[in-house]
Amino acid sequence: MSFSVGLSTYLLVGAMLFSLGLYGIFAKKNVIAVLMSIELMLNAVNLNFVAFNRFLGNESVLHGFVTAVFIIVLAAAEVAVGLALVISIYRTRKSTSVDDFNWLKW
Amino acid sequence: MFKEMHDLFQWAWLIPFLPFLSFLLIALVTRRSKGLSAAVSILAILSALGLAIAIGVGVIQSWNGEEFVGREAVAAANWLNIGGLKIDFGTIVDPLSAMMLFVVTLVASMVQIYSLGYMHGDRGWSRYYAYQSLFAASMLGLVISTNLLQLFIFWELVGLCSYLLIGFWYFKVSAREAAKKAFITTRVGDFGLLLGILFLYNKFGTLDFAALSNAMNTNFQDFALIGGLSYLTVMAILVFIGPIGKSGQFPLHVWLPDAMEGPTPVSALIHAATMVVAGVYLVARIYFLFEHASPAALQFVAGLGAFTAIFAATIAIAQDDIKRILAYSTLSQLGYMMFALGVGSLTASMFHLMTHAFFKALMFLGAGSVIHALHEKQNIWDMGGLWKKMPITGWTFFIGVLAISGVPPFAGFWSKDEILAAALHNGHPVIYAVGLFTAFLTAFYMSRLFFVAFTGPSKPENHPHESPWTMTLPLIILGVLSVVGGLVALPEHNFAFYVHAGELEHEAMDWALAGISVVAGLIGIGLAYTIYVRKAIAAESIVAKFPGIYRLLKNKYYVDEFYLWLIHHIMDGLAKVLYWIDLYIVDGIINGLALFTRGSARTLRRTQTGQLQTYALVFFFAVVVIYLVFAIGEGQLAALNPLAMLGGVK
Repeated sequence: MSFSVGLSTYLLVGAMLFSLGLYGIFAKKNVIAVLMSIELMLNAVNLNFVAFNRFLGNESVLHGFVTAVFIIVLAAAEVAVGLALVISIYRTRKSTSVDDFNWLKW
Repeated sequence: MFKEMHDLFQWAWLIPFLPFLSFLLIALVTRRSKGLSAAVSILAILSALGLAIAIGVGVIQSWNGEEFVGREAVAAANWLNIGGLKIDFGTIVDPLSAMMLFVVTLVASMVQIYSLGYMHGDRGWSRYYAYQSLFAASMLGLVISTNLLQLFIFWELVGLCSYLLIGFWYFKVSAREAAKKAFITTRVGDFGLLLGILFLYNKFGTLDFAALSNAMNTNFQDFALIGGLSYLTVMAILVFIGPIGKSGQFPLHVWLPDAMEGPTPVSALIHAATMVVAGVYLVARIYFLFEHASPAALQFVAGLGAFTAIFAATIAIAQDDIKRILAYSTLSQLGYMMFALGVGSLTASMFHLMTHAFFKALMFLGAGSVIHALHEKQNIWDMGGLWKKMPITGWTFFIGVLAISGVPPFAGFWSKDEILAAALHNGHPVIYAVGLFTAFLTAFYMSRLFFVAFTGPSKPENHPHESPWTMTLPLIILGVLSVVGGLVALPEHNFAFYVHAGELEHEAMDWALAGISVVAGLIGIGLAYTIYVRKAIAAESIVAKFPGIYRLLKNKYYVDEFYLWLIHHIMDGLAKVLYWIDLYIVDGIINGLALFTRGSARTLRRTQTGQLQTYALVFFFAVVVIYLVFAIGEGQLAALNPLAMLGGVK
């Protein structure tokens, strides 16, 4: 059974990463873990972008790569803000559990 | 001749304007000074009377022996111009309005002078004269209106004045109630009139009397509207509903007897001589409409008039209150005027309107004089022997009784005869018979009133005295007019030449008919004499013989009770149903909407849990759903299979 590394392989890895991230978001109680899961999902998307660019585009087209770099920058900023919020909440609530972050409701 | 007169006719607008000015003056300036208020008011109405006489003379002089040179003079100024609606305010001077102007200003002058004595010492003196002036202005404005809308405005204004003056002694509950009753009852009629006016405008695009008449004379094809009645017939009947209310025709007559709660001079002026004949005047003014309508319209007028005449006359027999007897008598006489119009004699109706104004105002003022002398006693059985104590009142009242009973040569004889002759000659024998019987009843109840109140022994507890000259002078003037007023029907100054609709339709003096009605009147007087003076027949024994009929008459055929029952059962029942609908259906819809909103909000807010992961889950599934929707929407069901998609990419 021959196995070649092609676009589907990359997309498969991306889908796995994405699903892991999704699972983490829904299942993890620790807010740090949730943030990390989001990072996983973002990177899964990055992987897709890069793979599409590599396999479907030509030498002069770099949209996929550029988008991936953008997302990395955004993810960094998002994590910075997210961690700042988590620290701030931890100081008042003494908790990092997502279940305790529920006071913004009716 | 007419050209010179025309200059005078142009000043006709002053006739209503002067009393109106007096109303403003009294209301704004002189209300603190009783003397000045009365002086202003009486001066204004006397000036108006002078002008009205001058105009009347002018109209008569425009008769050149053969025909009228210019039967009418109309002056109008544009008042309202909105889109196609063009309404003038103007004055119309023709024999009809000239006659009305004279009658109204004359009776109003008499009543205002009389009130100097009658209302002496009343707290509301200035208010009284202000109302009197306003009434005179409105009534005179009504008379000289050139179009239906202008007439309607003044029509409502006289209704307002009637309301104000009936409720003049507003501290009396009965007066307040009577005022409201009068206003609301006439309002029922006004609704019909307004409908008629609107429909007529809709069809003809004008409300001007001359233009309407023209439009109906030329190329107007009447057509069937409802129930076999033609358009014009329905219009005529709608318009006639106004006069039914205003002129107290059955079944809207109930307000007039109650209106006697007002001061007696007011009853004389408004509820006997002038305002209540506004309805008759309106029908006369738009007589062309009734002529163009099918005969059913005039038959309706005649039938209702005749019914009201006999209906009210029978009630008057059993009443004991002097003013109420006169009120029912007024209703009966108004019925007379109406059926005169209905049988096609405008002349006779207007003639009776004039003579009735004289003798009915006379009798009301006489009754006021009696009530004044007896300190507000109104029951005729509390009176008696007044003739000797109050000779002027007694004699003038006697003239009034003779006039209304149709005894020659008093005014009522001529006009009543003309009406009865018209009824018979125009082929309405039933109405003639009803009219004749009513004449007999009229003579009977008026004589009963006179004999009981004025003759016989005087009551020891009463100390009557003749009224002051301010009250007796109007009585004497009106008394003289009640004697000679009918003579205008004599050929040399024939009233009919001046006031008629279309062809000259004067009834030649029919002496046989006149004789019959005189006999009917004399029998009535004689019967009253036998019962109440000679006491040959005891009134009580008659009552005992027909207790049912007596109760029926005494209680005015229970019309008021019937209306009360109607209001209690039908109106209140309807109101209850409507209240229920409002409470449960209208409110239910509104409250239901609010409840639904609140309930759905209460349910939906549960979804806002504050749990981040719940939100994320919802978000995720929403994205999935959107993806599916788009995928199916584009017909790419194959995309549902991720492996196929991956394969496709390769």
